[in-house]
Amino acid sequence: MATVEAHAPATAAGHRRTGIWDWITTIDHKKVGILYGVTALIFLFIGGLEAMVIRTQLMQPDMKVVSPDFYNELFTMHGLTMIFLVGMPIAVAMFNYIVPLQIGARDVAFPRLNALSYWVFLLGGLFLYSGFFIGQAPNNGWFGYSPLTSLQYSPGLNMDFYALGLQILGIASIMGGINFITTIVQLRAPGMKFMRMPLFTWMAFVTSFIMVTALPVLAVALFFLTFDRFWGTNFFQASAGGDPILWQHLFWLFGHPEVYILILPGFGVVSDVIPTFSRKPLFGYAVMVYAGALIAFIGWGVWSHHMFATGIGTIADAFFTTSTMIIAIPTGVKIFNWLATMWGGRLRFTTSMKFAVSMVAMFTIGGVSGIMHAVSPADLQQTDTYFVVAHFHYVLIGGLISAVISGLYYWYPKITGRLMSEKIGNWNFWLFFISFNVTFFPMHFIGLLGMPRRVYTYAPELGLGGWNLLATLGAYVMGVSMLLLAWNLVRSLKKGKPAGNNPWQAATLEWATSSPPPEYNFAQLPEIRGRMPLWDNPDAYDERVWKEPEGGVHMPNPSYWPILTATGIAATLILFMTHLWWAPLLGLGWTMVCVFNFAFEPAG
Amino acid sequence: MASRSHRFLRLLVSLSALGSLGACASERYPQTTFQPVTGFGRIIDHLFHGVFWWTMLVLVVVFGLLGYILIRFRERPDSPEPKAVYGNTVLEIMWTVIPALIIVAIAVPTIRGIFQTQEAAPKDALVVEVIGHQWWWEFKYPSLGVTTASQLVLPVGRPLDLRLHSADVIHSFWIPRLGGKRDVNPVRAMPNGEKPPHLNHISLTIDSVGDYPGQCAEFCGTEHGAMRMMAIAVPPDTFDAWVKRMKAGQDTAALSAPADSLALRGKKKFLSSACIACHTIAGTTAMGQVGPNLTALGDRWSIGAGMLDNTPANIQRWVLHAPQIKQGIIMPGANVGGGGMPPTGLSASDAKAVAAYLSSLSAGVAPKKKTGWAIETTTTH
Amino acid sequence: MEATSHAAAHPPTATGLPTLKVGFWTFLGSETLFFGALISTFLVYKHGSVSGPYAHEVINIPLTSFSTFVLLMSSLCMVLALAAVQKDSRKGALLWLFMTAFLGATFLGCQAYEFTSFYHEGLTLQSNLLGSTFFVLTGFHGAHVTMGVIWLLTLWFQTWSGRIGSGDALKVEVAGLYWHFVDIAWIVIFTVVYLLE
Repeated sequence: MATVEAHAPATAAGHRRTGIWDWITTIDHKKVGILYGVTALIFLFIGGLEAMVIRTQLMQPDMKVVSPDFYNELFTMHGLTMIFLVGMPIAVAMFNYIVPLQIGARDVAFPRLNALSYWVFLLGGLFLYSGFFIGQAPNNGWFGYSPLTSLQYSPGLNMDFYALGLQILGIASIMGGINFITTIVQLRAPGMKFMRMPLFTWMAFVTSFIMVTALPVLAVALFFLTFDRFWGTNFFQASAGGDPILWQHLFWLFGHPEVYILILPGFGVVSDVIPTFSRKPLFGYAVMVYAGALIAFIGWGVWSHHMFATGIGTIADAFFTTSTMIIAIPTGVKIFNWLATMWGGRLRFTTSMKFAVSMVAMFTIGGVSGIMHAVSPADLQQTDTYFVVAHFHYVLIGGLISAVISGLYYWYPKITGRLMSEKIGNWNFWLFFISFNVTFFPMHFIGLLGMPRRVYTYAPELGLGGWNLLATLGAYVMGVSMLLLAWNLVRSLKKGKPAGNNPWQAATLEWATSSPPPEYNFAQLPEIRGRMPLWDNPDAYDERVWKEPEGGVHMPNPSYWPILTATGIAATLILFMTHLWWAPLLGLGWTMVCVFNFAFEPAG
Repeated sequence: MASRSHRFLRLLVSLSALGSLGACASERYPQTTFQPVTGFGRIIDHLFHGVFWWTMLVLVVVFGLLGYILIRFRERPDSPEPKAVYGNTVLEIMWTVIPALIIVAIAVPTIRGIFQTQEAAPKDALVVEVIGHQWWWEFKYPSLGVTTASQLVLPVGRPLDLRLHSADVIHSFWIPRLGGKRDVNPVRAMPNGEKPPHLNHISLTIDSVGDYPGQCAEFCGTEHGAMRMMAIAVPPDTFDAWVKRMKAGQDTAALSAPADSLALRGKKKFLSSACIACHTIAGTTAMGQVGPNLTALGDRWSIGAGMLDNTPANIQRWVLHAPQIKQGIIMPGANVGGGGMPPTGLSASDAKAVAAYLSSLSAGVAPKKKTGWAIETTTTH
Repeated sequence: MEATSHAAAHPPTATGLPTLKVGFWTFLGSETLFFGALISTFLVYKHGSVSGPYAHEVINIPLTSFSTFVLLMSSLCMVLALAAVQKDSRKGALLWLFMTAFLGATFLGCQAYEFTSFYHEGLTLQSNLLGSTFFVLTGFHGAHVTMGVIWLLTLWFQTWSGRIGSGDALKVEVAGLYWHFVDIAWIVIFTVVYLLE
């Protein structure tokens, strides 16, 4: 993907590579962000295709579009893809590109670690998908409950791809989280106090804390599964006294904070976009920060609301019901703060703003069905049905993806120097908004009228053929709306109107530099004096911010050790599949060779 | 042109109306959660309605505000420059406290409901063991000495104690009209011969006669979508008669003597082939424990635990080709082995006879509609 | 995982703290959760083994107390090593870095001895819950100690070849953070596995 080359000034010193070598050895947060973003969008389309096939199979009762086994692979990979290969990486893509710009930094704290995270993610995603090529893709749901995932009940390779692939992906996320926390703590420009950072950066900060703490728990669960499958340990082996429910506890201890990893970046985007297009500051900035942190914290205390049907006992049910309801309060506060931001503003409905506003509305619907789930006895009718499917698609597509698309339309001009088409964007938005609701709103009914989840078909007697048909037709139109998005993204690279530094007259620092920014981001910055530097102090931000100074700016050299180290990390886990106890050690050895080189490489 | 908010509100209201209209018709939606026939189900339904209306209030407020904002503050050529407002303590306290109060209003009856719905069953409750298998349901009545599969016959008006455990992976027992679901977990081995911690159980009393379909609600492998069942609630005396006929087979020679010669031939064939290694028919020498109990098979709502409608032709088809119909099962077919057993080698006419025999088995309780429920049903509503 | 140093003059950080240290503390945070999940599982399964060997049949508190003491002393050596580096005492740095690594390796030797004797008494990864939880928990810990020993030996070679002076004390300090973390993790593991009933 070519950036607008004319805007990228030459930098001093170091070996600059070109073409594909540039991308393979880059440690520039902007390029790493683009790598993450493009990869995530490709996976979004693949996951969307999987959804199209699923919806085709479910269009009417008793269809035979796919076999039960393939259907199970499809819905498993759809979930894994959307969560681990789209939702998380697209947030990291935005963190990567935008956060250093918003805090006035040259790059992230550990640029090579950053590149390493991307390559580990890519290899993990490719490995996870490689199962499809041998007809053994992961097939027991993204949540992989024991004992179904044990060797006894899943003798094929499917769950090996699952356990090892997710393990690789988790490592990438932990590294990313460490990097962003350190970046935000350490590299803020003079005057950029914590309570002056844009909300998007704040949400990136909180999300990174969740990543760093939740992914290790998943890692432990996955190691237990891996060792049970490969070495015959007994972690989930009921006949040896193991408890399959332990998997559920460990998984959801990760899994619930995970959903806040997914949505908080969306909250962050919307909290930057809405003030810009309301021409008003964010209402209740401090509360928005605290609410986000509170949500992350309380999010650790609600995990067993995914287990209300498991039989955890009345005390546990009561506790998790209460904690789950409590978390609704800071979430609701955010909704009201966004409304209050718009109140009294001068609302400009660019495509970005349309997606941001629809996010607020759709997330409210998803949040409300979440409250319904929190009522644990009622959840006994809702859990594992299409009602839950409706709930999380409302918060994840209506919430997260709407916010992500809003962010795309918002920051695309900064990244490429060109605006996306508002005309196509309008079609994109309305088609998406309407078709999304047509697809997922009926699922509230479908679930409460008796259709469970993860079923490859359903009886005509259930009476649900009509609703399912409607949902499928909506899904097809959603696919079209996403094609419009793709077309707009690609077409605007060459045909988009030139954007200038600050096409939206926004307030935050990323808009002070050129579009796209120079490799060094900022030549110099005045001391930050508030939350909205470009609104408070517009004259201080002129071409001195981005124009290359005399003598250039020294930037660190690119490196091929990140991609090589990534191969080592991936190999260590993938070599488990050989069932030779010493094979992972070979991978580990190669990884250590790479780490040594990585550590002792001159920075330049 | 109707504003965005008006259009959306209209859509929301009409869909809700449609949904609630439809929910009332349990003939139209036999697995609806809105027409419970047990106290357990009604507690849940009541709680759901409570939270539903509170959340509708929230939606009306939020969408109402949003709609107003989008129209009133839309950029126009004469729009004034917005005043910078950073917060409003009173408002913020209000919209924190009011939702908190709503939460309390929802939480209090919920907590009460948690304890109400998980009370121990009364001592005189009828215990039914529900055992989940990949991919069929087994039902045992230990106090009555009856075992059956796939079709759960229950007496109306009597407290029931359904005790749930799995023979393999985690399943979930869900018959929506009887109430919420509960997971069916494998039993952990315990040290020192201790008893395992409590099994999951559902205690309920059914108040209406009827047929109540359900299915597994926890992903359990290839044929999770086909792991279905039917509960049939009958008056107490009908139930007692059924129990007698189910048991009678265990004490006397045959459950119900097959009338015609094809069925007789089928009985002979069945009892002399590999079928008896896995299946039980009360009152015969078939005492296998691996597969579903086939006593009174002629009454069942489906063949192959949810795969085919119950007709003699389908039973014949199942006997010959089960592994090809339900993927991943351990039952062998005529030409394909399964479960460590070689192919049965049964001929089509043998299978037809066996089908006639099995069709003739009855204990007097069958669902009103015996077709249309299964995966490969050819009849539709 | 080393920070790239920007330009000749390191730009001041927003907190005044060294970036490598901040990043490393964050990493230790993730490690805390990792070991926390492993230790919690051990605790949950502590009395769940359906068959033997059981803990009281195999554990050897005197031996493990000794190895724990050894690991604790190695942390002391690490502190001394850092002080030596900060004072530019090459001899001191070489001595104490070596002692830290040596004591760490001694700890690993005790672990290896213990693992093999358990194995001969029938406690394996597959034997029961104890085998699985014990070997995975202490195994991961041992792997961390091994990485630490390799790291320390690398620092030793760098010091020996003159590439570490007082200006590089941060590198040694970060290694020290890791080493102390691994030691503290062991204190918790020792308590939970060997001491608690």
